[in-house]
Amino acid sequence: MASKAFKEIDLNMGPQHPSTHGVLRLKVSIDNEVVLHVEPVLGYLHRGMEKLWESQTYHQIIPLTDRLDYLASLSNNLGYCLTVEKLAGIEVPKRAQYIRVILAELQRLASHLAWIGFMANDVGAMTVLLYGFEARESFLDIFETYAGGRLTIHGMRLGGVPFDLDETVIGMIRKVLETTPKWIADIEGLLTDNRIWRHRTEGIGIIPQSDALENGLTGPCLRAAGMAWDLRRDLPYSSYEDFDFDIPVRTASDVLDRYFVRMEEMRQSLRIVRQALDRLPAGEHIAKVPRTLRIPPGEIYHSIEAPKGELGFFIRSNGTDKPERVKMRSPSFINLMSLEQMCKGNLFSDIVGVLGSLDIVLGEIDK
Amino acid sequence: MTGKAFLFELLIPVIKIVAVILYPMIMVVVMIWLERRVVAWIQGRIGPNRVGWQGILQPFADAFKLFFKEDIIPREADKLLFNIAPILVMFSTLLAFCFIPLGESFRIGTYTLHLRIADSPVGLLLVLGLSSIGVFGIIFGGWASNSKYPLMGALRSVIQILSYEIPIGLTVLTVVFLSRSMDLVRIVESQREGGVWFGLLMPVSFVVFWISGIAETNRAPFDLPEAENELVAGYHTEYSGMKFAYFYIAEYAHMVLVSSLVVILFFGGWLPPFPSIKAFAFLHWIPGFVWYLIKIMFFLYLYVWIRATFPRYRFDALIKLVWKWFIPLSLANFLVVVALRYVL
Repeated sequence: MASKAFKEIDLNMGPQHPSTHGVLRLKVSIDNEVVLHVEPVLGYLHRGMEKLWESQTYHQIIPLTDRLDYLASLSNNLGYCLTVEKLAGIEVPKRAQYIRVILAELQRLASHLAWIGFMANDVGAMTVLLYGFEARESFLDIFETYAGGRLTIHGMRLGGVPFDLDETVIGMIRKVLETTPKWIADIEGLLTDNRIWRHRTEGIGIIPQSDALENGLTGPCLRAAGMAWDLRRDLPYSSYEDFDFDIPVRTASDVLDRYFVRMEEMRQSLRIVRQALDRLPAGEHIAKVPRTLRIPPGEIYHSIEAPKGELGFFIRSNGTDKPERVKMRSPSFINLMSLEQMCKGNLFSDIVGVLGSLDIVLGEIDK
Repeated sequence: MTGKAFLFELLIPVIKIVAVILYPMIMVVVMIWLERRVVAWIQGRIGPNRVGWQGILQPFADAFKLFFKEDIIPREADKLLFNIAPILVMFSTLLAFCFIPLGESFRIGTYTLHLRIADSPVGLLLVLGLSSIGVFGIIFGGWASNSKYPLMGALRSVIQILSYEIPIGLTVLTVVFLSRSMDLVRIVESQREGGVWFGLLMPVSFVVFWISGIAETNRAPFDLPEAENELVAGYHTEYSGMKFAYFYIAEYAHMVLVSSLVVILFFGGWLPPFPSIKAFAFLHWIPGFVWYLIKIMFFLYLYVWIRATFPRYRFDALIKLVWKWFIPLSLANFLVVVALRYVL
């Protein structure tokens, strides 16, 4: 097969490439346009997060979690806070739990809207990018009004949330609940029945459910592979059991199905936010947590359903106010490991589409 | 020969030569501005609006910036081909404009002014030929850069343009068949005599030609050779400064060229709508050149509109589209046109 080997081209995608979503580098080898291997090379954004956290107090770590998945910082806050609260045995007031659910679901919507923009832009539909971002803008405005930040929001504290939801913010959320379905419909109108979009996504980047499970794929990608696994329903946290929502499941496990799952998830998130707003209980928005929180020795793992998949934190405490060891299970990192399997045998152009459908954020991959 | 006639004989060709370079350039500037503003408008943005009225001078600002940029030639590049490529692309496109008539001939005193540089009985053939010479520029540019992304862009481009030449040729044949001439002026004149635009007579030809024309200019949704999300910038990834600007300008000039061809072949060139109906005779008061510009602008707008709406085709789908659909379709279309012509 000497002639075959001759035709093989090694191509370096990134770290400066327009569609690797940050500083990801892919070592790709292609035969003409057919992909033979894809190897992600990581580490360009490594900041030593896990080690850094060992020198910070439990409270000081929260703003650092913003920098993991920077498109969904509230979800990171929530995952971390829940883990520490579980370890320290802190009881979170019901109202705070509901506000957390509202914030986390709004964040999921913002994250998915950014995702559909990037994803569509990767396959060449650049208008959708702007539509997605314009829709996301109103969510960022809510976060800004609520906590002051737009991207790295830092909107949760140990024991609850820093501020109560006031009338202004509730009004803004109600308004967004009205406008977002229209944006989603607009985006779907541009994509769902578009022949080119269909062709670029249908049957592309397939991974069988068994392999997906073996690779640890979670989140919308796993649900697109026919597995109805959603931590919000299966291992509820922060009062998710109070709300009524569906878990969209598709079976073809291709890029198109990941698109359908995420679009439907957005509608379900709107449903959850609406319910939470209507039934918002009265009471405190934050529990009394000592400023110097010393947690007796112990270890714990807790995970939540972040927009990208299962986001888990493992924390070992040693009796001081700083954790002895922290380990993150970041969904983007683990989902990325399925990339080669999804891309093999597809065409070179499909790499960007498949990569887009995984919805990775480099801040979370490199930590 | 009187002095005055001599002046006409000498001056007018010089003016024409300047005009044939200026006209595409002005159209390119307008087109770049139009594209950025219209795409911005569709996407809910504002777009460039600072330089000049509504940002109309933005393309000049960009050109000045590129003009003062460092000219980088990659170390292992083939210098000769690398330098020839942008010239070839630009030259072939501009040369094709020599054969494009911009309006009816009219008389100034005793002198008949033809709004074109070169009269050729096979003008159509020359324009099509010249516009495919530009492919060589793309191949040279991609190959000489000694880089993988430009090479892949160039490979895609060659396959794409060569494939789409075929339906273009086949649809142009129907027009040539109906007008019995390859002279672009004659083609427009025969649409006046027939009283109907060829585009209305042969919608299939028009649609196939227009889509193939988009593919031939490497524009969305067929912009695979320069698919920025996959190939960074395709065949001109390694180019900088004015050489990059040449590729850029040539692409836009090519769009103007294809739009001009569509207008001439299928939409009656400088003829007003309904050229034969008496009730619409008042439309003749608007000069032919204006009609011509309006029609060209419509198709240029269509380019932008399509770009803002559709995702990009994948390579295999692109090739499938042309070989499995357009070529059989345009062949059948040709046969139907020939048959109908003899039956009716």
